[in-house]
Amino acid sequence: MKRTMMDGNQAAAEAMRFARIRVVSAYPITPQSSIAETLADFVADGSLQAKYLRIESEHSALSSVIGAQLTGVRAGTATASVGLALMHEVMGVASGLRLPIVMPVVNRSLVSPWNLWCDHQDAMAERDSGWTQLYAENCQEVLDLILIAYRWSEYPKVLLPCMMNLDGFFLSHLTEVVMLPDQKTVDAFLPPYVPHNLLLDPDNPMFINNLTGPSEFTEMRFQQSLAFGEALETLPQVLEEFQQVFGRQYSLLDAYRCDDAEAVVVTMGSMSGTARYAVDQLRSEGKKVGALKVVCFRPFPVALLRQLLGGIPHVGVIDRSAGLGAESGPLCGEVRAALELESPEVSGFIAGLGGRDVRLETFRKAFDFLLNSPSTSNTTWLDVEANAMSIREVGV
Amino acid sequence: MSETNSPVLEIKTEAKDFVAHGVSTCAGCGLELAMRVVTRVLGRNTVIVIPPGCAALFSGYGNQTGLRIPGFQGNLENTAAIAAGIKAGFEVQGRGDINVLGFAGDGATVDIGLQSLSGAFERGDAILYVCYDNEGYMNTGIQSSGSTMYQAWTKTTPAGKTVPRKNVMEIVAAHRIPYAASASVGFVDDLRKKVEKAKSCGGPSYIHIHAPCSTGWGFEPEKTITLARLAVQTRVWPLYEIVDGTKYRITHSIARPKKVEEYLRLQARFKNLPDSAIADVQNQVDQEYEVLATRLNAQLTGAGSKTS
Repeated sequence: MKRTMMDGNQAAAEAMRFARIRVVSAYPITPQSSIAETLADFVADGSLQAKYLRIESEHSALSSVIGAQLTGVRAGTATASVGLALMHEVMGVASGLRLPIVMPVVNRSLVSPWNLWCDHQDAMAERDSGWTQLYAENCQEVLDLILIAYRWSEYPKVLLPCMMNLDGFFLSHLTEVVMLPDQKTVDAFLPPYVPHNLLLDPDNPMFINNLTGPSEFTEMRFQQSLAFGEALETLPQVLEEFQQVFGRQYSLLDAYRCDDAEAVVVTMGSMSGTARYAVDQLRSEGKKVGALKVVCFRPFPVALLRQLLGGIPHVGVIDRSAGLGAESGPLCGEVRAALELESPEVSGFIAGLGGRDVRLETFRKAFDFLLNSPSTSNTTWLDVEANAMSIREVGV
Repeated sequence: MSETNSPVLEIKTEAKDFVAHGVSTCAGCGLELAMRVVTRVLGRNTVIVIPPGCAALFSGYGNQTGLRIPGFQGNLENTAAIAAGIKAGFEVQGRGDINVLGFAGDGATVDIGLQSLSGAFERGDAILYVCYDNEGYMNTGIQSSGSTMYQAWTKTTPAGKTVPRKNVMEIVAAHRIPYAASASVGFVDDLRKKVEKAKSCGGPSYIHIHAPCSTGWGFEPEKTITLARLAVQTRVWPLYEIVDGTKYRITHSIARPKKVEEYLRLQARFKNLPDSAIADVQNQVDQEYEVLATRLNAQLTGAGSKTS
């Protein structure tokens, strides 16, 4: 174990090197680019024994990773924002083939208008694509959750691809201390890749992914659905194994000072530390509040959420995506559905779009709303200027 | 149903090589012959990538496939990218000797797949990419592609295609890959030699096979080879190869080309063409051949080049 300063993208690349991926296929996009660069450096200096495909698009990046993984090796790529959107067609191919590809997604808004900065709309647009989704809060979690994701995704009962989400710039370009394990320890936790079921091999020919009719298609999807159930049961075991080997403890949902809370705010990603800071501050002011961080968004841990928040009077959910046309943002929708038969009133908040900071003040507003306002099923946009015409000087 | 009443012909001999009997391509399908020849030459140590399209009939349906070699059905636009990934996966495992074959139609190649094709060729990924060209989106019901011939009727060019086909061989040549060739199901020996050369060229290779389509072009199924040969004999589809993107060589020379009209008259897709339009097509074919002849001549007159 070595204390090292690095940013989230470096941590992601280190984790992929630890996982000994054999084929890299990456296309640069802000704020993911330094993952593609770092992996190229690793291949060039020989510290990663892999072939590097300087691919010409994200669509081709994931396509080639699928092809490589079908030959029986771990293959890796990473993306962000519109790059993930361009991959959309092949996201379902990877998951339908049950290939346990692990892909860092450096979360960034989608156009229009153009924006380079963090929110979760890119990942949320893929929430039904058959990939599991984990969200990191800091650079250590980026590294750890990728290692966990490989171990988890490759369980024969799971075999689902995983998007490991890290907030653009807030994590990708934030430098902090990361405890780097040694390769031997990682190898003990993450054994060599063993392909299951589908494999391209002239010595054992099979045709993969041909046309499948109405008499079988539903069963294929049903198998994937069952796998998400298995994934939910398997992840706590993997986290337990991880803790035994590396000493760091993770959970699917991370509850902070929720036990006697009257109001709890639910978050994902890098804003979660600020949420806990706000909780401490409000607690010192005598307010009974707590925070809950969602680490595992797909599969969504419904039973655990009910267990942790079932008795809380007021729950607020901060979505870092707009959920346009829906009653709430996507995370709030999940939380509300999970707690439907429980006592909490669930309020939705939208904040932090396109790189806008989710500040201490943002959380204070949210808690203030939860503690003092009558509950509502509406969604409240925080830190928003209602009159857009006021934010720029408009000529006469 | 008793065997004697069965409308399905029972074939008791085992299929030769790597393609099953009775694949459900249309009667007279040119692509079917291309598939048999290409896979036979490449042999057992081959993985094929097929996008949606007519060739997906060889991928099969449900638990049946028409192929004895391993294969993967990709998306319409990523045949070359998937093939590149497969090749990379084999290479890092010391199995780079496995032939990775992309086998895609003209729509999946010259239109939606052009980007991934270009990417793989620029990187030097050692795949063999075969485009079987039936000049349109035939599997979706005869729509025009960038490879549909000038003046041809399709369901999206009901008054005839107003522009010539794109010359993808020139685009491929611009990547300076070790081997590229045009070929035709009407000249199987020529095709076979080209697949051999592509297989052993040590880098990316491309073969563009003209494959007449009786359903889409409107001719009797038994005329497939006649049409394929006429396309070559009229110089509508010259047979040549390009080594390293610059060295052009005609592999089947046509000293006295037949009139394009002879080729067009056999196909319903050209049946409403007035004489003036037929003359236009002849001109277009002549002009395109002139461009090719320029490439050939440049080489013949170039210093140190062979004139065989």
